[in-house]
Amino acid sequence: MGSYLVQRLAALVPTVFLVTILIFCLQQLLPGDPAVILAGEDQDPQVVAYLHKKLHLDEPLPVRYGYWIGGVLRGDFGESLRIQQPVRELILQKLPVTLELAGLAMVIALVIGIPAGIISAVAKDSAWDYAANLFALWGLSTPNFWLGILLILLFAVNLGWLPASGYVSPFDDLRANLLSMIMPAFVLGNAIAAVLMRHTRSAMLQVLNADYVRTARAKGLTERRVVLRHALRNALTPIITLGALEFGTLLSGAVLTEQVFSIPGFGKLIVDAVFNRDYAVVQGVVLFTSSVYILLNLVADLAYFVVNPRLRG
Amino acid sequence: MKSVDLRARTLAAARPVQGVANGPELGSDAALATPRERTPGQRAWRRLLRRRGAMLGLVIVLIFVVMAIGAAWIAPFDPVATSWSAVRKAPSAAHWFGTDELGRDVLSRVVWGARASLLAGLVSVAISMALGVPLGLLAGYLGGWVDGVISRTTDAMLAIPFLILAIALAAFLGPSLTNAMIAIGISATPVFVRLTRAQVLAVKVEDFVEAARAVGNSRWRIALCHILPNVLPPLIVQSTLAIAAAVIAEASLSFLGLGQQPPAPSWGSMLNTAKNYVDHAPWMAIWPGLSIFLLVLSFNLLGDGLRDALDPRHR
Repeated sequence: MGSYLVQRLAALVPTVFLVTILIFCLQQLLPGDPAVILAGEDQDPQVVAYLHKKLHLDEPLPVRYGYWIGGVLRGDFGESLRIQQPVRELILQKLPVTLELAGLAMVIALVIGIPAGIISAVAKDSAWDYAANLFALWGLSTPNFWLGILLILLFAVNLGWLPASGYVSPFDDLRANLLSMIMPAFVLGNAIAAVLMRHTRSAMLQVLNADYVRTARAKGLTERRVVLRHALRNALTPIITLGALEFGTLLSGAVLTEQVFSIPGFGKLIVDAVFNRDYAVVQGVVLFTSSVYILLNLVADLAYFVVNPRLRG
Repeated sequence: MKSVDLRARTLAAARPVQGVANGPELGSDAALATPRERTPGQRAWRRLLRRRGAMLGLVIVLIFVVMAIGAAWIAPFDPVATSWSAVRKAPSAAHWFGTDELGRDVLSRVVWGARASLLAGLVSVAISMALGVPLGLLAGYLGGWVDGVISRTTDAMLAIPFLILAIALAAFLGPSLTNAMIAIGISATPVFVRLTRAQVLAVKVEDFVEAARAVGNSRWRIALCHILPNVLPPLIVQSTLAIAAAVIAEASLSFLGLGQQPPAPSWGSMLNTAKNYVDHAPWMAIWPGLSIFLLVLSFNLLGDGLRDALDPRHR
């Protein structure tokens, strides 16, 4: 375990280093002088000169990267030039909202995706299997912002059961919070449920043919016990890794979902920053997202290692 | 030691089962092939023709292609012509899909929007293949430090979630359809690098590559004429599925305001406006969304069918 962890961490170093370089170099894509673009419409020479100095634009690229990465390593992700606030603070402010949304979405995805996958594998080629596959195709092909608009139309405009948009903190009013989160969480969880269903189905189909499952049946165990205790436990291992990979989809999807439902989270932060040309915030948010993503993949790998005794030497 | 034994037995047990599953199909293929010799491509095409889902996908894709090419003749109205007397009118005989907040005909905009979506799907995947396949080929074939540099860069790009990377690239490049396609194309490149590399690694140890080397082919000739054609089938499948992802990504960027700029019609930007009028004019949201859904669904169906047709092991 220890040596595996060290090996895995060592492999991360070049990846993380390259990610920071990629994100830093995004700035080079800006046409022309970043200081002039950042200075806004009036392009006050004083502001331009100030930005030049602040962003170290007179220095060569590697030196500027050095300044930037030095800050990042100290937890300083830069400063929003529009609202004069450190990017780190902005991220920490918006993060809990997105975490709640993502968490609820993941719960919905697991509750729908895994049972649907099990049922369709056990009852292969039946009507259930057919229905579950159709559901997966629907989930993979529906743009989640469209699904969001359709749900608003049905549940908020026509039926009036749920609020169309907005966000209430769970600490102010938990019921109102859940009511406002249920639609966005479903929209976000839907696509991931489809992916999980497909993976669960194929993993289950593989193990259901295995010898030990036949042995379990031959022992006279109930089908329920065979499927849930013997087959599912072995099928779940690859699903853990794939579930962690879906976290990227979750974050990408959150950007759109938050936009549809006007939820003031992480996604809204990056979209607003894009339109305010607040490039430091964009870079900070992308860097933060990638770091979390890399970290989660590491955790998933370790979890895989822990639950799969065959990998332990 | 025990676990290895167990796995070997599982494999041995699995093999005859697979053989039985493939048996009749292989047999019938062989029977079909006896009168006339068929190329692997023809056989794959025949297998694809037998898949109803894939055929449905192909038909819908072709309908959208016809719509995109013939938009000028098919669309009943000018997609950007505004009319203050026909603002947000419900579907009627004159305007089948209704009109939008500026009195533009929604049907005409949906028809023209097919252009932006299909173009975005095809061009961005062409970009990612043009970058990804040669890089993957180099990494897999040459190995060593070339592989190291390419693979680590790919890992780094894959560490940034796809749409987030596309949003960031589009933001820095500036909002436009062209830049959105570039952004999506670059963001999807690492997938093609990885896939090509993995395929090349598997193919380059095959006997026919050894034979090609033995008869004195140059390295580049082996890579381009012997290895590349053999890694194409999975790339074709991946590119079809990638088009589906690229169509959604373009719609997403346009929905956020980073793709096709108004007044030019695009399904994503139509939905962006429609969300503000969902209580008064729901038809503005239904049709563009349905179009995205259908186009993406058909590319997904086609991709799944191609996978089954080109790679019989994957079932």
